[in-house]
This record gives sequence, structure tokens and C-alpha cells, in this order.
Amino acid sequence: MAASDGTAAPAAVPAQPARSGRGGDRRRGRPGGTGRTPRSRQARRRRLVAAAFLLPSLVLLGALVVQPIGYSVWRSLFDRSGEVFVGGDNYAELLRDDAVRTAVENTAVWVVFAPAVATALGLVFAVLTERVRWGTAFKLLVFMPMAISMLAAGIIFRLVYDHDPDRGVANAVWVGVHDTFAPASAFPRARPGRDSPLVPEGGAAAGGFATREPVRAGTPVLLPLVGVAPDALPEGTRPARPAPAEPGKVTGTAWQDFTRGGGGRPNAVDAAESGFAGMRVEAVRDGRVVDSATTRADGTFTLSAKADGALLRLPASNFREAYAGVEWLGPALVTPAVIGAYVWMWAGFAMVLIAAGLAAVPRELLEAARVDGAGEWQVFRRITVPLLAPVLVVVLVTLVINVMKIFDLVFVIAPGSVQDDANVLALQLYRTSFGTDADAGLGSAIAVLLLVLVVPVMLYNIRRMRREARR
Amino acid sequence: MSFVHAAASKAAGGAVRVFLVLAGLFWLLPTIGLLVSSFLDAGELDRGGWWRGLTAPARLTTANYERLLADGAITGSLLSTVAIAVPATLLVLVLGSCAGYAFAWLEFPGRDALFLAVVALLVVPVQVALIPVSELFGAIGLFETTAGVVLFHTAFGLPFAVFLLRNFFAQIPRELLEAARLDGAGELRLFAQVVLPLGGPAIASLGIFQFLWVWNDMLVALVFADSANPPITVALQQQVRQFGNNIDVLAPGAFLSMAVPLAVFFAFQRQFTTGVMAGAVK
Repeated sequence: MAASDGTAAPAAVPAQPARSGRGGDRRRGRPGGTGRTPRSRQARRRRLVAAAFLLPSLVLLGALVVQPIGYSVWRSLFDRSGEVFVGGDNYAELLRDDAVRTAVENTAVWVVFAPAVATALGLVFAVLTERVRWGTAFKLLVFMPMAISMLAAGIIFRLVYDHDPDRGVANAVWVGVHDTFAPASAFPRARPGRDSPLVPEGGAAAGGFATREPVRAGTPVLLPLVGVAPDALPEGTRPARPAPAEPGKVTGTAWQDFTRGGGGRPNAVDAAESGFAGMRVEAVRDGRVVDSATTRADGTFTLSAKADGALLRLPASNFREAYAGVEWLGPALVTPAVIGAYVWMWAGFAMVLIAAGLAAVPRELLEAARVDGAGEWQVFRRITVPLLAPVLVVVLVTLVINVMKIFDLVFVIAPGSVQDDANVLALQLYRTSFGTDADAGLGSAIAVLLLVLVVPVMLYNIRRMRREARR
Repeated sequence: MSFVHAAASKAAGGAVRVFLVLAGLFWLLPTIGLLVSSFLDAGELDRGGWWRGLTAPARLTTANYERLLADGAITGSLLSTVAIAVPATLLVLVLGSCAGYAFAWLEFPGRDALFLAVVALLVVPVQVALIPVSELFGAIGLFETTAGVVLFHTAFGLPFAVFLLRNFFAQIPRELLEAARLDGAGELRLFAQVVLPLGGPAIASLGIFQFLWVWNDMLVALVFADSANPPITVALQQQVRQFGNNIDVLAPGAFLSMAVPLAVFFAFQRQFTTGVMAGAVK
């Protein structure tokens, strides 16, 4: 990839414009004129040529970039109609307005986290890809999102973050992991019917049920439940069967005590009733679980003699609601979620710049450190990172500016109902300036605020160019 | 290297591979998700995750794309994106080259100060200009016109173009220009026959960078473009509000809008990378 050799570019490595300043300066040492025409006439001609080359650009820049800056400052001092001078009122309003405060807070969160995470990932990728043969392919993959629009990335992540685990891959993975550790039950709504031998156990909130009376070995136990919709029963469910009595063992049946179309007797296993498969049954004596079993497809189970005289309990895990996953795009998580999408887009940018910087790090230095017995982490921490510091600064600064103006991703990914919670300055500016309730005065004040935020970088750029021109 | 050391570094190498493979999946999966979705019909998407399309390729269909391409609205907005991106790129290249040349090789009073002023404009957020320029365009009849959007993109692409090209042109060896001057070439010929050809790589990088920038823009289009025939980003954005009911439109639409940038990216990786890296101050 072009990135890793870093040679082709005129200004490839950010520090390189340094050299370019010279071309023009060198020219200053040229003896004025070639002697064929008087100096003054030639100078005037040169100025005319320069003007012809520059004018179109300068006019456009003046009209559409410079003039708007002045106008925004001016306009921010007037009310929404643009006719009444209100002084600093719009700026005071910025401090008062809740939407703006949320926008400022969120923008601060963005500025603190997004560039740091993207740069850290970029650094890790740049360093690690040097060690695998398919590093270039990997870099290409991670860099690719830079080429697409934030709108397309937004649509991509809208799908990733979809709340439905059957649609959004984030929740599909999350729920999958969650269910591995805490499986959802097939019977979230099952409960004892009227006159059931079962009662809520440990208080209704606990969610489990237990028998009223201790059970006896040799006497089949009935654990009737109702409330599961017939079509919600898991696949492989079989008709319930009364458990045969077994001497020295506690047997029983857990089943849906409900006959479709009526006619079933309460607390008796009728022919058309379904067993509850896979339900956990615990024998509890003095608060301790002495034995446990899982029901078979027909709802029957068998416990050892240890269960004799204990209470049988259907613990709450049998009735856990299916886990619905995380609401990524809910009010609480929407900003981190959108930042995740941003990092997906921009880590490649950091990676490519850092990789170019890395290519310029002298290998002998790293090798020497390794020979001296430094571990990889030490080499990374004490040599690579310090040498890359200038590049890291450029990457961070670029991302910070970029993030302060973030608009598209938030606008596209945050659903309408949570846009207030996901609000950022640039979005608030758009909504204030062009919404149904537009206020160009307030919008201009936000614009000025955004401009003020980038002024330090502007000054830094100018200083760097001047320093380089002087060299 | 001792045996223990070698074994340890081999294990570390394995860990690095595993980590990178996982990271790669993380980067690939979101896009694959939308891509597969774009080939599933709406009913199929309602029945379950797009990943089922991976195991049953027979379920995939191009019907979504066919419907989208038959619908004039989306093709119309793709054309309007082209109508904006191409002129906005060419204009920036032409104006930027001229100005870059002037800043690099022509002498005139205030040159350095003026160039610094242009450098200062590099980081001006487009948001600052939205209200003022919409009022200006409203006054001169450019609001909601292609020309207006093109001019806006050109103006905001210029600082970077001038910065990049001036720096590149200034690196051209002076002897080459002097030799051409001695042969009697005027400034215009010097520019067209020496500077432009030598500046080719930088101009190409800039062109690709600017083209993708404009192609991918949504905010400027949202404010200034003709709302009756908006560019693709705006057209799709309007659909996002019903996200969930229309993935069969959004997914293929997003991929149609991405096709050109991705083709450009893969065809001109080198130039694109250069442009992005040079733009690190923007």
C-alpha cells in the first residue's frame, strides 16, 4: 500500500511541507529580471500575471469562506429576524439552552474519546501489521471505510445496532454471549393455576415456585403450571405423562395443566396436555439444595432418595424472560455507539499515517534495544511511541478538529427520538439554523463557537508554515 | 536467540494473528451485513437475521437493485451527485493549480502573508458558512441550484488544494523552470508545459480526494442542493427516518452510493492515501 512506503507524496508525512517552503524563497535570490525589459515594467507585468492566476480563487474564498466568517459574527449579534440588535444575548442563550448544553457536553465526550480511541487502535494496528505477511490486506480493509460517506457508514451501523437480535449483529452477538451464561427460558409466563400444589417461593419477586408440602419417595409428584401459549412451547415438546412411582426415588411431572378447548381436570395429567421439557427441578431441605434434575420431553423427572422429605422447587431460572439485548441506540448508549461507528471509519486514517511514520523509524534502533534485552513492550513503550510522537500529535489534532464538526454520523445513526440525547454542536447548529423553528441569530452564535474552537489549530498551522518558510 | 525466547515469541506471534483476525472481522462484518441485506427481499429480512443469507445463498436476489434502478428517483439522485462532484472537482483542480503556481513561483507583494491567510482557512468548518452563504445564494438566485453547491464545494476545497499544490510545485527544481524561461516560454506556457505535467501526482491525489469529499458530502447538499432532485446522500437520508421498514431500499441504495467511492479507492489507493495524508491538517 502506498501508505507504508510514504515516499510518493509531496506532503505525505505532515512534517514534509517544511522542505517545500524553499522553492519560492530560493527564487528571491534570483537577480531581478533578465535584462531585456526595464525592471519596473517587468515587475508590473509579473504582478498582473500573478493576479490573473490568483484572482478566481481569491474571489471565491473571499465570498464564500472569509465573508461568511465576518457575517456570522455580525449575524450572531441579532435576533432571529435579523432586525433587532441583541448584543451578546444569543451567546447568553447558548449557556442557558438545555439542547445546547447537551450538545456541548456530548461534543466534549466526542473530543475526549473518539480521537484517543481511533489513534490508539491505529497505533496498535500499524505496529502489529508489520509482523504478519497479510498486513497490507488488513490495512486496506481497515482503511476502506475512509472512502465511503458518513451516510453510508451511518446506514451500515444503523443495522449493526438494531435492537432486534434477529437483525442487528451487535445484539445478536451480545444476546448469544449472554444466553450462553444465563440461558433464557422457554416458559417465561408459566405460573401455578388455581388450587395448585405450587406456591411462589421466596416472595413473588423472586420468580420461582415450590411445593406446599414435602414430597415422599415412591409417590409421584405433580407440578402443574399454566400460562404458556400452546404455540410458544419449544419444539420437541411431547404430551405429558404421569410419572410412574419408583421405590426409593422421587418422581414427578411438570406440565402445562391446560387442555386446549377445555375439558381438562385441574391438577391432573390429561391426555391432551403437554409436558414442560428441560425445566430444572430442585429438592430443597432447610434452605439447601439436596438434589436436582431436569425434566424430560414429556415433563417427567426423577430425583434420588435424598429428595425424600424435601420441598420441590422450580427455580426462577425456569421463568426468565428472553434477554432482549442492549438498547444501543437508546438515550444512554447512543453517543458511545455513534463514537464506535466513527472509530470504525477513522482508525484506518490514524493507522495509515502512523504506519508511514513507523516506516521512517530506524530499524537499527529497535534491534539494538532488543539485543540489549528489552522486551517487545518496552521497545514499543520506550522507543517506538516516543519516536512517533510528532505523528501521533498530528493525527490527534486532525481527529479532534474533525470530531468537533461531526454531524452526518449522529444525524443518520441516532433515531429521531433520541437525537436530543445524541446532540452535538454541529447538529444543534443545523437544527437551529434550518429547522422549522429556525433562528439564524442563535445558529450563527453556535457557528462562531465552532470557529473559536478551531482557532488554536488555525494558529498552530500558521505558525508551522511560517517556521518552515523561514528554514 | 534461546529456545525459550523463540517459543515465547512464537506464541506472541500467534496472539498477534488472532487479534488481527478478530479486528479484521470486526471491520468487515458491518459492511458484509448491509451487503447481504441488500440482496435479501424484505420478507426474508423480517423473518430473521441477514446472516441466514450466508448459509443459504439461494435466498439471495437482485430484485432490490432492479427495483431501485427502475425507480427514477434514485438514479436521478445519483446523476445529480455526478453533476455536482465532477465540476466541483475540476474547478478545484484548475483554480487550485493556478493559485498554487502563483504562490510557488510568481513574485508579487504580500505573497507570503496571503498564502498564510489561505493556510489559516484550512480548518474553517463549513458550518460557519451555511447561514451566510444560504442568504447570499438566496439573494443571487443560486440557492437550491447545482451551481451553488458546486461553488460552495469549490470554495471550501480551495484552501487545501492551494496548500497542497503550492507545496508540491515549490519542490520542482528551479533549473527546469529557468531552462524553459531561457527558451522563451512565458508564464502561461511554463505553467501548462512544465509545472502541470510535473505536478501530475499531486494533482491526481487532490482530484481523488476532492471528488470523494464532494461525492460523500451530505451536509452541504442538505442545505444548498435542489430538494426536488437531491444528490444520493440526501435522498437516502430522507429514507433513514423509516429505518426498519425499508432496509430493502436503504441497503442497496447505500451500496449504489458507495460503488463509485469504493471503485475509486481500489483503483487509486496510492493517490487516495497520499491525499488523505496530506490532508492531515485539514
